[in-house]
Amino acid sequence: MYSVLDSPLPVPFDEAVEALALPMCGVSVRAGFPSPADDFVVERLDIMQLLVKHPQATYFWRVRGDSMQDAGIEDGSIIVVDRAVRPKHGSIVVALIDGECTVKYLYQRAGRMKLRAANPTYPDIIPRDSQTVLVWGVVRGCVKLFATS
Amino acid sequence: MYALVDGNNFYVSCERVFRPSLDGRPVVVLSNNDGCAIARSNEAKALGIKMGAPWFQIRHMEETEGLVALSANFTLYGDMSDRMMSVAAGLGPVQEVYSIDESFIGLQGVRGDLTKRSRAMRERIDRWVGIPCGVGIGQTKTLAKLANYIAKTAERKPGSYPDELAQVCNLTTLPAQDLDDVLAATLVEEVWGVGRKISAQLHEGGIHTVLDLVRMDPATIRRRWSVVLERTVRELQGMQCIDLDDAPAPKKEIACTRSFGQAITELPPLVEAVSDFASRAAEKLRKQGSLASQLLVFAHTSPFRPGPRFNRSIVVPLRRPTADTGKLVWAAAVGMRRMYEPGYKMANAGVMLLDLVPGSVLQGELDLEEEDQRDRTKLMVALDTLNGRYGKGTVHSASTGGTNKGKDWGMKQERRTPNYTTKWEDVPVARA
Repeated sequence: MYSVLDSPLPVPFDEAVEALALPMCGVSVRAGFPSPADDFVVERLDIMQLLVKHPQATYFWRVRGDSMQDAGIEDGSIIVVDRAVRPKHGSIVVALIDGECTVKYLYQRAGRMKLRAANPTYPDIIPRDSQTVLVWGVVRGCVKLFATS
Repeated sequence: MYALVDGNNFYVSCERVFRPSLDGRPVVVLSNNDGCAIARSNEAKALGIKMGAPWFQIRHMEETEGLVALSANFTLYGDMSDRMMSVAAGLGPVQEVYSIDESFIGLQGVRGDLTKRSRAMRERIDRWVGIPCGVGIGQTKTLAKLANYIAKTAERKPGSYPDELAQVCNLTTLPAQDLDDVLAATLVEEVWGVGRKISAQLHEGGIHTVLDLVRMDPATIRRRWSVVLERTVRELQGMQCIDLDDAPAPKKEIACTRSFGQAITELPPLVEAVSDFASRAAEKLRKQGSLASQLLVFAHTSPFRPGPRFNRSIVVPLRRPTADTGKLVWAAAVGMRRMYEPGYKMANAGVMLLDLVPGSVLQGELDLEEEDQRDRTKLMVALDTLNGRYGKGTVHSASTGGTNKGKDWGMKQERRTPNYTTKWEDVPVARA
C-alpha cells in the first residue's frame, strides 16, 4: 500500500501531460512496407510461466540449511511452493512438524510415512505417535542466483 | 441466487498461513497504532475478547492465556485477499468483491448441486490459499449474507445450528420447517442492514428473531420504520431487491470497482476508468447524504495471467470532506497518476471513498485560510477520529506505510509480521 499523506493537497491534474501521452502500440501508421515480423508478434518468454502453475496457490520460501543439497536445493535457495498440487510419494514438500516448517522428500509407502533428506548426513524424520506431519505445499521449483561480479 | 464467500477471522487466518504455530492459540490483530483488536481468532473470541477491545485492556492475557497480538499488515492481507477472491470467482459467472474478505457470487445458470460445489470451492480456497472460509447461499443477497452467518456460527459454536450447516449453509435447499427453525434461532440484529438502533426498536415491538421479521407485512414495516427496512424484509422473504453492485453501502466506505474487459496498460484509459468509478462512487455518497474525507485508488494485474504483477493502492486525502464529483474525480486521477508504472497489464481497478462523514456536519467556510496549515490539522484530526471510532478496515491503509515518516502515527507497529508475499527479503523461511 502506498500513501500520499505527505502531500495533503492533491497536485493539480496536469492536462498538458495527458494530452501528450501517446499510445505505443503495434498499430502505428507508417510509410513504406510493413514489418514482416508483424504477423509473428508473440510474448517474450517469461520464467514465471515455468515456475508458477497456480498463481493463487503459489508462495515463495527461502531455504536455510543443507539437508536437501543433493536434490539441488541449497542453503539460501528460493523455492516455489504450490499448494494446489497434491503431495505424493517422492514429492519434495514443505512439511509442518511441531509447528516448524521443513523441506524434505515425502516418503509414503506401505502405510508408513516419513520425511527424507537429500543429504546422507541427515537421518529420516519418522513422526512419533504424538506427532502429526502436515504438508504445507509441494515444491515445484528452485531458484538460485549466482554471483555475477 | 447468490453465494457469499467470506474468510473466517480473515486477518488472523492470513497470519496463520505463514506461522502455523499460531494454530490453536488465541490470536488478535491490532489496529494501526496497536490500539485495539480488529480481528480475533476463535480462541480469542472464546476468551471473551470483544471486537475493538483496547489493547491495554487485554494485554494481561499475553501472560495468563498465551494471547498473541500482531500489528495489522494490510499489505499481506491485500495480497491474500486477491488470491482468495480470484479462486472464489470460479463459483459462478459474476462476482462482486464487497470488502477485503467477502465477495458475492451470482449463481445464475450454475447447474448441479450448489452446496456440493460450494463445499468444493471452500475446500479449494483453504488448500490453495490457506484461508478457511464460510459460504452462505440464498435466494437474495440478504439471505446469502444470513446463510453465511449461520455457516460460520454453526462451525464456531457446535450446537447453535444443525451441524450440516457448518462451513457451507444453503438456505435454498432447506425444508420449510427446518428453515423456520433456523430463522427462529437467529436474532434480528444478525440481519444485513439491520443496525443497532433498529434492532432495539424491533425487539421493543416484539420482533426478536429473523422468523418474526420474515412474517411481518412489508407494508407495515414501511409505515412504522422505513423503505430500507421494508426492502430488507422483502429480501428475507426471497424477493430480490438488491442487485449485484447495488448493495447498501457499508457504513465506513463506498467502493466502486470493476474488472476490465481487456487489460489496460496505458495511463490515460486508467485515469478515465478511475474517474468514472469516482463519479459513480460520488453518486452513491450523495445518495446516502455523506461526505468523503479520503479517497483510495487501486489497480491490479490479473492473478490468472502470466507477466509482471502490479498490485497497488494509494490514498489521497481530500482537502475537506466532500461529495463533489469534480473533486473526487480529480483525487482519483491524481492517485492513479502517482502510482502508475508502465509495463503492466491492469485487469482491475477501483476507487473507495473512506472516512465518510454525514453531510450535515459540514461547516460553511471561506476559502481564505492558508491551505497547508488547515489541511494538516484536519488530516490528523480525521485520522485520530477514525482510529478511535472505527478501528477496522481499509481506513487504516491511509497510515500504513505512510511516507510521512511517522511522528505521530507512522511507527507504532511493533508486532507487524513480514510482508511474506510481496517482498523478497520477507519471504518465509523453511529449514532444510
